[in-house]
Amino acid sequence: MKNIDFLMAGVGGQGTILASNILAEVGLQLGYDVKKAEVHGMAQRGGQVDSHIRWGEKVYSPLVEENNADYLIGFEMLEAARFPHFLKEKSLALVNDYRINPPLVNLGKANYPSKKEIEALLLERADKVLWVEGTGIAKDLGNPAMIGVVLLGALSNLVGGDKEAWLDVIGRMVPQKFVELNKKAFNAGREVSG
Amino acid sequence: MKKLMTGNEAFAYGAYLHGVRVAAAYPGTPSSEILANYANYPGVFAEWSPNEKVALDVAIGAAYAGTRAMSTLKHVGLNVAADSLFYAVYTGLKAGLVIVCADDPNMHSSQNEQDNRNYAKFAKCPMIEPSDSEEAKQFVGVALDMSEQFDTPVIVRSVTRLSHSSTPVNYTDEGPPPPPEEPPAYERDPQKFVMVPANARRRHPVVEERLKELAEFAETTPLNYIEPGSSKLGIVSAGVSYHYAREVFPDATFLKLGMVYPLPEKLIREFADQVEKIVVVEELDPFLEEHLKLMGIEVHGKDIFPILGEFSPSLVRSCAVKAGLIEAPPAPPELKSDLDRPMRPPMLCPGCGHRALFHVLREEGVLVTGDIGCYTLAFAPPLNAMHTTGCMGASIGVAHGIDKAGVKDDVVAVLGDSTFLHSGVHPVIDVLYNQGNTTTIISDNNATAMTGFQEHPGTGKTIQGHPAKVVDPEKLVRGIGYEKVDICDPYDIDKMEKILKDHLNSKEPSVIIARHPCVLSTREKHTPPEVDPEICINCGICLDIGCSPLVQEEDHVRIDTLLCNGCGLCVKVCPQEAIIER
Repeated sequence: MKNIDFLMAGVGGQGTILASNILAEVGLQLGYDVKKAEVHGMAQRGGQVDSHIRWGEKVYSPLVEENNADYLIGFEMLEAARFPHFLKEKSLALVNDYRINPPLVNLGKANYPSKKEIEALLLERADKVLWVEGTGIAKDLGNPAMIGVVLLGALSNLVGGDKEAWLDVIGRMVPQKFVELNKKAFNAGREVSG
Repeated sequence: MKKLMTGNEAFAYGAYLHGVRVAAAYPGTPSSEILANYANYPGVFAEWSPNEKVALDVAIGAAYAGTRAMSTLKHVGLNVAADSLFYAVYTGLKAGLVIVCADDPNMHSSQNEQDNRNYAKFAKCPMIEPSDSEEAKQFVGVALDMSEQFDTPVIVRSVTRLSHSSTPVNYTDEGPPPPPEEPPAYERDPQKFVMVPANARRRHPVVEERLKELAEFAETTPLNYIEPGSSKLGIVSAGVSYHYAREVFPDATFLKLGMVYPLPEKLIREFADQVEKIVVVEELDPFLEEHLKLMGIEVHGKDIFPILGEFSPSLVRSCAVKAGLIEAPPAPPELKSDLDRPMRPPMLCPGCGHRALFHVLREEGVLVTGDIGCYTLAFAPPLNAMHTTGCMGASIGVAHGIDKAGVKDDVVAVLGDSTFLHSGVHPVIDVLYNQGNTTTIISDNNATAMTGFQEHPGTGKTIQGHPAKVVDPEKLVRGIGYEKVDICDPYDIDKMEKILKDHLNSKEPSVIIARHPCVLSTREKHTPPEVDPEICINCGICLDIGCSPLVQEEDHVRIDTLLCNGCGLCVKVCPQEAIIER
């Protein structure tokens, strides 16, 4: 059973924590030892939120080590661009094609890097950057809060593991009345990477 | 079955499982979720106390009465509760008392980086330190047993990385032992529990003797153990750092310490005899390292690893490579790109009432002594409207002191409603008593917002959902003797300005309650306004309120409708009337 290290990066309010909880539970369901750590600052909304999720035969540290992540899952482009140094060679970046300006950009005092620049940066380590219209897909399905589940759908094809195991965990972890909608979001994500 | 739990969830589960029936706390990151989770278990009493000292006294009282009790707090919370910790170590208890205390290396959400292991030594109180959630659950039980065996409170130390990480926990549907059928009878024993000097003098030798017994216990407890490995390198570690060290030094011999005070000197010497070189891997202070050095053992620690900040496997590895302890692992090529990636600091939320208040304060140019809460973010650009922040409740005394120093600036103290009830009441009394004329502004959003919307004595509800009397800050300050008290919604900018000027010009101490409920908690949302690009001259004045949905484009400002809360503050501050409500 080989170790798989995931890094999730997003902005407060985007649902990274639920998504990272689901990903950790899926690992447990698939028989891995699992640890998960969240790094989030003071504010409820609008700051960076990063999660480290580790699957393995035996996992010690809850934090992923630099140069070692297999997957970077970016909920927002700039947030993904902060973590190329965590990626190992031949890794994969899965990035929501969505931009949320940080305050300095809104104030006209800093530039938001272009998508092309971000892709080039991530490709210094990753084999591939897979862009997902996560926010668009989730919005079309009726709830932009499901970005995370769309991204997990796309990720599930790449990581493997029984699709039903993923759906089972999602069914247990999202509010009951949104289960069917989230399953749709998951399947829509799978189509992106399938 | 195995269940993923955060450290905080596991502490709560452990407390429930091991028969804690009374628990009290004040919220504080990263400890808040312990009590929040514990409160949901059946048959327990949990309370948010006004502050950590009150909380610890409540837990001590329950333990005096023969009921297992817990108090949880963040590292600086123990500063507030320290007085109570110290007397409880002298008195001892009738039933187990566990204090779960979470440090915050790297200050993810704190004003300092104190290492609370020092409190164990200072207060002469045993301390144990779990390294993952399973241990968090178990160690609470061990702490309660130790507390009863040695008649002392026991501190269980956490850190942010343990409290907020999820790891598997063995979970059963079994509950705690059943509660006693009879209510506990209080055994009166004033010689033990009344700490007048004569009694305290009798208790101090008991405390010293107990520490010796605890040190003996530390030698044999399974909390401390040696993990055999190569004799070339011995690693001493505890808590979450142990796991980083395990990743980096897979072949070393380990001394894993679950009990960090008092330390097992015989076990340490036994370990030292097995290895050629000893390295202590510990975050923050050289607490273990200094002890080993005092024992005359040659060790490395802070000469290799930093005293500042939080550890990670990457950091432990790079320090170990630099010190020549291990070979550098093969690494991918260095990144070439130096792409500029603007930071994303936390900000006041769209629709936050604090923003309107601090907009007014900045416009008036007053000196603002601040406090601990979401509103502390108002110190940052572009609001730049707070000038001191130290600890819970400090704002008022500091403002009063600045006044008494004779400074000519207009000074106001600003603190939130929960912070006011935590430690703002005594300083407003001080201002009144000592002929101050400080204006205290309570920025009242009816929530303990920053730590996650916990109830407090002003919200009318307890942690377990019971209705409660509302402590009204207006009645409270009027009852104390304040005569000049005004209440205003800061979104009424003109009125807020008028009241502020009136209070600043007044010679008497005064209180303004700036009241606007937290929109995250009420979920209040309105239709976002629109910028008329024909009228907007792109002057940027609206951007100075620091509201994230306002975006400066090439020739006008735009509102991101996904993020906007529709509060209308930007409509009010636009001098061109270019932002139009819909």
